[in-house]
Amino acid sequence: MRAPLLFPYTQVTNKSDTTMRPDDRKYMDSHEWAKLEGDLIVVGITDFAVEELSNGNEGDLVYCDLPDLGRNVDAGETFGEIESVKAVSDLNAPVGGEIVEINSDIDEHLEILSEDPWKKGWLIKIKPTDPSLDHLLDAAAYEKHISAD
Amino acid sequence: MSDQDLKQTRLHDVHVQAGAKMVPFGGWSMPVQYASILDEAKRVRAHTGLFDLGHMGRIDVTGADAVPFLDGLVTSYVAKIPEGSIRYGLICGEDGGPFDDLLLYKTDATEVFVVANASNKAAVLDWMDSHKGDHDVTITDRSDELAMIALQGPKSQAALQPVVEDKDLSEVGYYKFAFATVCGIPNVRVSRTGYTGEDGFELYFPDEESPRVWAALMEAGADQHIAPIGLGARDTLRLEAGMPLYGHEIDKDHNPIEAGLNFGVSFKEEKGDWIGREALAKIKESPVRKLVGIKTDGKRVPRQGYTLFHGDEEVGAICSGAVSPTLDTNIGSAYLPVALAEPGQTIDMDIRGKRQSCVVCELPFYSRTRK
Repeated sequence: MRAPLLFPYTQVTNKSDTTMRPDDRKYMDSHEWAKLEGDLIVVGITDFAVEELSNGNEGDLVYCDLPDLGRNVDAGETFGEIESVKAVSDLNAPVGGEIVEINSDIDEHLEILSEDPWKKGWLIKIKPTDPSLDHLLDAAAYEKHISAD
Repeated sequence: MSDQDLKQTRLHDVHVQAGAKMVPFGGWSMPVQYASILDEAKRVRAHTGLFDLGHMGRIDVTGADAVPFLDGLVTSYVAKIPEGSIRYGLICGEDGGPFDDLLLYKTDATEVFVVANASNKAAVLDWMDSHKGDHDVTITDRSDELAMIALQGPKSQAALQPVVEDKDLSEVGYYKFAFATVCGIPNVRVSRTGYTGEDGFELYFPDEESPRVWAALMEAGADQHIAPIGLGARDTLRLEAGMPLYGHEIDKDHNPIEAGLNFGVSFKEEKGDWIGREALAKIKESPVRKLVGIKTDGKRVPRQGYTLFHGDEEVGAICSGAVSPTLDTNIGSAYLPVALAEPGQTIDMDIRGKRQSCVVCELPFYSRTRK
């Protein structure tokens, strides 16, 4: 996600806790995760991203804009937005391909993102043009990235 | 600006220990929230909350010409402010564009205490210095030596009174101030002012006492459900109360007349000429746009810069927006052409190509005296 649009604030400075993130998937420095399941790439956002947006208050998340099924995205392209009381952030695609599933529970139940960002809180599934995740960060590199953020 | 360059108030560590998320604001590292922004806003409406406002600019203007000097620079009529009272005013350029809004505390004919925004303090000081001329006036930046703490909410007097020894706070009227002994500190400036639309107080006292006073107020207010409140809830509360924020509702291109701040602008002959008077008088005769409130039932929260459409025509942009816990809807402020600035008018907010319907309403959204 791009730096949250915080009005009238400009940039979040706090650190999240440093609990190890799952190493069965890869990460973007903009805090999305990508996991290969069968021939699809499942995409979500990390607990760090949720924490930065909501500061631990799930009620502070107000909206998640997900794309239409069948849309094609390029790697790195913005596919949606997530909004909290004070911030809006882009959601970026870790790989290019066709969006073949979206998590329809998210719209009415944003608390899922706080409760379980790794499984139930998935956002979209992409049928990738190239399933390689080698260009993304592994869990250790992502940890390093957010501790230096 | 990197985080290392940010200034910290003396309460910085107190905030961090209380779990605050710190953000850059006006060159300072300030608490945006300790818990949920919405819960913090609700607490201020129902009980009382404590705010660290140590980032604000505080300037003493003293001397025999203090009042006429300020009357030449600010929009409000300083000579008419009774001693012990406070008025809102703005400081404008010749074109009527403000470069800050202020509170003016009139102690007596030779002393006015001015509260400015953190990000504009240097500009206000420069402007005052460059217009001193032959005036018998001394301008002193007191921001670093004074703490500024606010209690806001209906239970603020009940929370504060136990630590005030020599003043019955019920005698301090709205937009008035007194000097009292607070937590054993003599001559604390106590004003019945705020930026939330609730009853409340702002306190000014020697900065080194701020951790002790903060802790004492948290304790004295415990029965009133006091909690520390961050700038996030403060922004929501002031928007609900229709109070402008410099850089959002007002800036050099958004003047106080179109912002609906006529109560803070005096065209009285007796005040004499002041910088921006002529330009603002013309705008008052024929304003082209007006600051309004907008409400939207849609899920997206209005944000500064989102454009507004009437049909296919772009007609304005959002100044501020918030999730309003008090109104239980999403709210914003915006300038619209006068013809579209009528309550009930529907307009569309554009969020990167997606439209969401909004309804124009009058400001403020919330008034504690007109519920």
